Amino acid sequence: MLDRVAAVLRGLGSRVTSRLWRLGFASRFIFATLLYSGASFRRLSLTIREIYFSGVLSLIIILVSGLFVGMVLGLQGYDTLQRYGSSEALGILVALSLVRELGPVVAALLFASRAGSAITAEIGLMKATEQLSAMEMMAVNPIARVVAPRFWAGVISMPLLAALFSAMGIFGGYLVGVQLIGIDEGSFWSQMQASVDFREDIVNGVIKSVVFGVIVSWIAVFEGYDSEPTAEGVSGATTRTVVTSSLAILAADFILTALMFRGA
Amino acid sequence: MADESAEKNVLAAGAPLVNISDVSFAYGRRPILTGINMTIPRGKVVAIMGQSGCGKTTTLRLIGGQLKPSQGEVYFDGQPVHTMDAGGLYTMRRRMGMLFQFGALFTDSSVFDNVAFQMREHTDLSEEMIRDLVLLKLNAVGLRGARDLMPSELSGGMARRVALARAIALDPLLMMYDEPFTGLDPLTMGIIGQLIRKLNDALGGSSIIVTHDVQESLQIVDYIYFMADGKVVAEGTPDEIRASDKAYVHQFVWGEMDGPVPFQYPSAPYREQIYGAAHA
Repeated sequence: MLDRVAAVLRGLGSRVTSRLWRLGFASRFIFATLLYSGASFRRLSLTIREIYFSGVLSLIIILVSGLFVGMVLGLQGYDTLQRYGSSEALGILVALSLVRELGPVVAALLFASRAGSAITAEIGLMKATEQLSAMEMMAVNPIARVVAPRFWAGVISMPLLAALFSAMGIFGGYLVGVQLIGIDEGSFWSQMQASVDFREDIVNGVIKSVVFGVIVSWIAVFEGYDSEPTAEGVSGATTRTVVTSSLAILAADFILTALMFRGA
Repeated sequence: MADESAEKNVLAAGAPLVNISDVSFAYGRRPILTGINMTIPRGKVVAIMGQSGCGKTTTLRLIGGQLKPSQGEVYFDGQPVHTMDAGGLYTMRRRMGMLFQFGALFTDSSVFDNVAFQMREHTDLSEEMIRDLVLLKLNAVGLRGARDLMPSELSGGMARRVALARAIALDPLLMMYDEPFTGLDPLTMGIIGQLIRKLNDALGGSSIIVTHDVQESLQIVDYIYFMADGKVVAEGTPDEIRASDKAYVHQFVWGEMDGPVPFQYPSAPYREQIYGAAHA
C-alpha cells in the first residue's frame, strides 16, 4: 500500500518537474528568440515571406469565418434586442462583441489552428530532416534564421487578421440586420459610431490580439523546435500547439478582459 | 597564458587539422564514447567505421562543436573546440563543411538557392558572382543542369550530390561526411566516393567519412579508425585493415554473420526457451 502511494507521488513529482523544466526551457527559448531577432528586421524579406505564409494565406479562413460570425450575431442579437424594442442597437451589439471579444479571440483560435500548426509542423520537420543541424553546421543560427522571422510574422499578422475579422463580422451583421431584416441603416451605423470608443474598445481589442499573437507564435515555434524528430513526435507537437494555444488564448482573454473592462 | 596560445598556434602550422585526445562523452548516464584518441592529418581522407550506435556520428558532432565532451580535448586547426563559446563555434564552422546522411537540403528552396545559402549568409558577393560560384560548385558534382529543380524532384543520389555542392560552397578546410553512402545504388555510391576523394584533393583540405560501408570506403580513404562500443578498437591504412587479424575488424570487413558481434540479441539459451527449463 505504502509502496503504491510512494509510486504515485514519485510519478506526480516527476511529471511536475518535467513540466516545470519544459516551461523553463520555453522561457529561455523566447529570450533567445528575442535576442536573435535582429536579422528578422535587418533582412525584412525573411519576415515578409513568413507574413505571407502565416498571415496572407490565413486570410480566406479569417474573412469567411468573420462574415459568418457577424451574420449569426446579427440574427441572434436582433432576436434578443427586438424583445426590448431596441433593435436599432444591433449595430452596437455586433461591433462591441466583435472588436472587444470575438474578433481577437476567434481570429486567434483560427490563427492557431491554421498558421500555428503549420509553423510547428514545418520547424519540426526541418529538425527531423536535420535541416536545422545543417544550418548550425553552416554557421547560421537557426533561431535567428528560422525561428525569429516566423515568431515576428505571427506577432505582426495577428492584430491585422483580428481587425479584418472584426470588419468582416460587422459587414455580416449589417447584411443580416439592415439588408435582410430591415433595420434602419442610419441608426445601425450612427449608434455604432457613437458607442464604440476608440481607446476603450478598439485599442484594447488590438492589445488583446497582439498578446494572442505573441502567445500563439511562441507556442508554435517552441513546440516545433522542441519536438521529437520523428513522425510521431512532429504530429504530437502539432496537436499540442493547437490545444495549448487555444487554452492559453482563452485564459489570457479572461485575464485581459478583467484588467481592461472592469467598471467600464 | 598568452605564451601558451602562441606556442599552440606555432605548433598548429605543422600539426594535424583535427586532434581528439582522451575524449569521453555521455548522454545523461549512458556513456557513448570513452577515451577516444584520433588525429586527422591535413590533406588526408580518414574514415571512422563501426556498427550503428557505436558513437561515430557523436564523434563528428564533437568536432563540429554541436556537442561538448564530458572529458578530454578536441582541437580544430590548433583551436580548442571544447571550450569555444557560441560565437567562436560559428566562426570556426565557416571553415567546415558537413554532408548529412540524407542531404538535409532546405525543402523550400531550389537546388540553386540551397547551394547559394552560405554565400548569401556569410559573404557580400554580388548576385552575379554568387551565380557563377554556384554553377561552378554544381558543375563539380555534375548537376549544373538541375539548378532550378526543387529538392522534392531529386533522386536520393542527386540530393546527396547537391548537399555536397552546398557543403563545399565556401571551400572548407575540413569536410565531414555522415554516412554518405547509405541508401544509394552501387553506381551512385561509386560516384559519391570518387567525388569525395577528388574534392578533397582539389580543395587541399581534410575529410572525415563516418560510414559502415567498408568496401566502398577502403578504396578511397588514407586511414581508418574502427570503433566499437564507444572506443577505438583498431586503426590503420586500408591495406593494414584488410590484412588485420583482429576478430572484430575481420568480421566487419568481410561481413561475417557471427563473431565478436553476436548474431543473436542477448537472450536465454535456445534449448531452454524451446523445451522449457527442465529439458535444458
